[in-house]
Amino acid sequence: MGEFFRVAWLVTCKDFRVESRSREMLYTTTFFATSCVLVFSFAFVRGGQPIAGAEAGIVWVALAYSGQLALGRVFERELHHDALRGLLLSPVDRAAIFVGKLLGIVFLMVIVEMVVVFFVSLFFSATLFQYVPEFLALMITGTVGFASVGALFAAMLARTQSRAVLLPVLLYPVTVPVLIAGVSGTVALAQADPNLDLAHFWIALIVVFDVVFLTLSLWTFEPLMTE
Amino acid sequence: MQPKPGSVPFDFDQLTVSDVSRFYGRRRALSHVSMALRAGEIVGLLGPNGAGKSTLLSLLATLLVPSAGCVRYGDRTAREAGAALRAQVGFLSHELQLYPELTARENLEFSAGLYGLVDASRRIGNALEQAKLTNRADEPILSFSRGMRQRLALERVLLHTPRLVLLDEPFTGLDESSSRSLTDRLHELRDRCQLVLLATHDLDTVDGVVDRAVMLREGHVMQLDDSGGSLRERYREGLSRGRRI
Amino acid sequence: MNQRILTGLLVVGAVMFVVAPVLIALAPYESTMGLVQKIFYFHVPVWFMMFLAVFICGIASGVYLFKEKPTADRLAVSAAELAVLFGLLGLTTGPLWARVSWGLWWPWDARTTLALILEMNFIAYLLLRKYGGPGSEKLAAGLAIFGMFNVPFVYVSVNVWRTLHPQTTVVPTLPLEMGAPFWFSVLAYLILFLVMLGVRRRLEEQRAVIDRLHLSLEEGYSS
Repeated sequence: MGEFFRVAWLVTCKDFRVESRSREMLYTTTFFATSCVLVFSFAFVRGGQPIAGAEAGIVWVALAYSGQLALGRVFERELHHDALRGLLLSPVDRAAIFVGKLLGIVFLMVIVEMVVVFFVSLFFSATLFQYVPEFLALMITGTVGFASVGALFAAMLARTQSRAVLLPVLLYPVTVPVLIAGVSGTVALAQADPNLDLAHFWIALIVVFDVVFLTLSLWTFEPLMTE
Repeated sequence: MQPKPGSVPFDFDQLTVSDVSRFYGRRRALSHVSMALRAGEIVGLLGPNGAGKSTLLSLLATLLVPSAGCVRYGDRTAREAGAALRAQVGFLSHELQLYPELTARENLEFSAGLYGLVDASRRIGNALEQAKLTNRADEPILSFSRGMRQRLALERVLLHTPRLVLLDEPFTGLDESSSRSLTDRLHELRDRCQLVLLATHDLDTVDGVVDRAVMLREGHVMQLDDSGGSLRERYREGLSRGRRI
Repeated sequence: MNQRILTGLLVVGAVMFVVAPVLIALAPYESTMGLVQKIFYFHVPVWFMMFLAVFICGIASGVYLFKEKPTADRLAVSAAELAVLFGLLGLTTGPLWARVSWGLWWPWDARTTLALILEMNFIAYLLLRKYGGPGSEKLAAGLAIFGMFNVPFVYVSVNVWRTLHPQTTVVPTLPLEMGAPFWFSVLAYLILFLVMLGVRRRLEEQRAVIDRLHLSLEEGYSS
């Protein structure tokens, strides 16, 4: 078990180091997410007033789109110099490689989320921080669920033709339960009369989703990466 | 307590490829390939583009699974040997498998970490020396020439002293002096009883380096003329006769 | 499933499909929705078949992914196509019912929406197999497993979210005069499903045989 986490952490640190030299993904993903928020603002603001409840949807859609972009790019980078095969050649537990990549992706998405939430709060005068622990729990568990499925699909599609268009085609139908629960939970927390019980329910649902799909991803990573 | 399968160190001194085919639908990449490698020899894998050389190397590296036939490392298949087999394989692909944003040292450190090497600093120091990159160890390899990256990639592959060394076009981008160093390196590997299989187009350079050669064409092993003469002459003769083994 | 069994099932199924409309016409009207409720005898069995197809595809995909049996893959792709087909029938009959009963083409309730998601999941499966290139059968198998595990989230949504959709417990509480034609319809659709699955799987098997013949022919020509 210790070896497993040592390898996962090694892969995560390597990703951090690579990203810290160029910061390409951080900048481009954050900027793209902000652009999404802007575009949605034009769609959902009428007469200078935002449509009620739109902010929850915008946060999660911006995250879904920018997350998918980041996922594709993370594995494309590994593919570019055949580095992914280099990882698969090593004698480590392949699921550890998956966890290592996942940690890096979750961390990147959390940073992007902070920027998105800031802009949505600003543009929509949204009250997203009435219940900070619940809101954080919702965002983080939702990100882990989305990224678990996304990292697996992006990795398995890395060697496929048409991978750029196939990733969203595969990813969104499977992660819609997370997005629905995320939006509904955010609405429950941000509305004028917050419903904490409902928010707790949605958090619990996402946690169950995370456990199921993270387990599935770990279990299927090895056979899916073997050609 | 029984050790997990594949967690016990595994070694072998012979590689046997028995009637291996690799196909997808109607496309055949390798067809009934049989060959054997022994420790302490360098075997050249020759053939035109699309012959299946890279496919065969990937298959021997356990990155691909044969559609038919069997590969034995000593007396075990890849599945039986498990992850421990991968610790004994070094594969230099055409794409080099390096991270351009990282320095030469960082690339080697990452590899050492993946392979769980205990004396990593010493090995990394030696590797940098062999690659003649000690002075540039802390520069991102983005700034390196193809030849420099090639030398680093080779040392990365050899860092964990694998028993089986698979090289796909290792002489690409090397100048004469680097080619000579690589030749010496390959002879060292042979003297240390490692199994070396190198795929190449560069027949003149490898003539005299390899102990024997196997020729592939359209996924089949072809008979290489053994009547003497240079490797290039024998290869041409083999291609024109087109006789399969 | 051999030829004789398939033919037998086809005949039985055909007879049942002739008899079913008669039984449905004779069944009593539902108190609130009237005639339009009778679409229930088509709509619900079709969804049952879709879920059955999803589970067959998911389980066969699991067997293919972990045991590498090509026969499992052939069953999986056949089931995936049927999941998409029956899902499409359900998504067509649903809005027809919704429009007359509730005044909306698309009620945006939990079950309808998540059933659409499942349909998209298996359309994605077929797209992956078609455009994913070599080795995409394995990747599609992974997707099918994920799709199958998504099904409980569809079911849970009915009981958690209050929706326009009839509650799940309608089916077990059907009176006999409605229950008999309903289960008859379910059986008829099940037979149709099994026949289509058997035929489609045979097509895949024959494709595999042709591929093998092509490969041996190539060998013969070039040796």
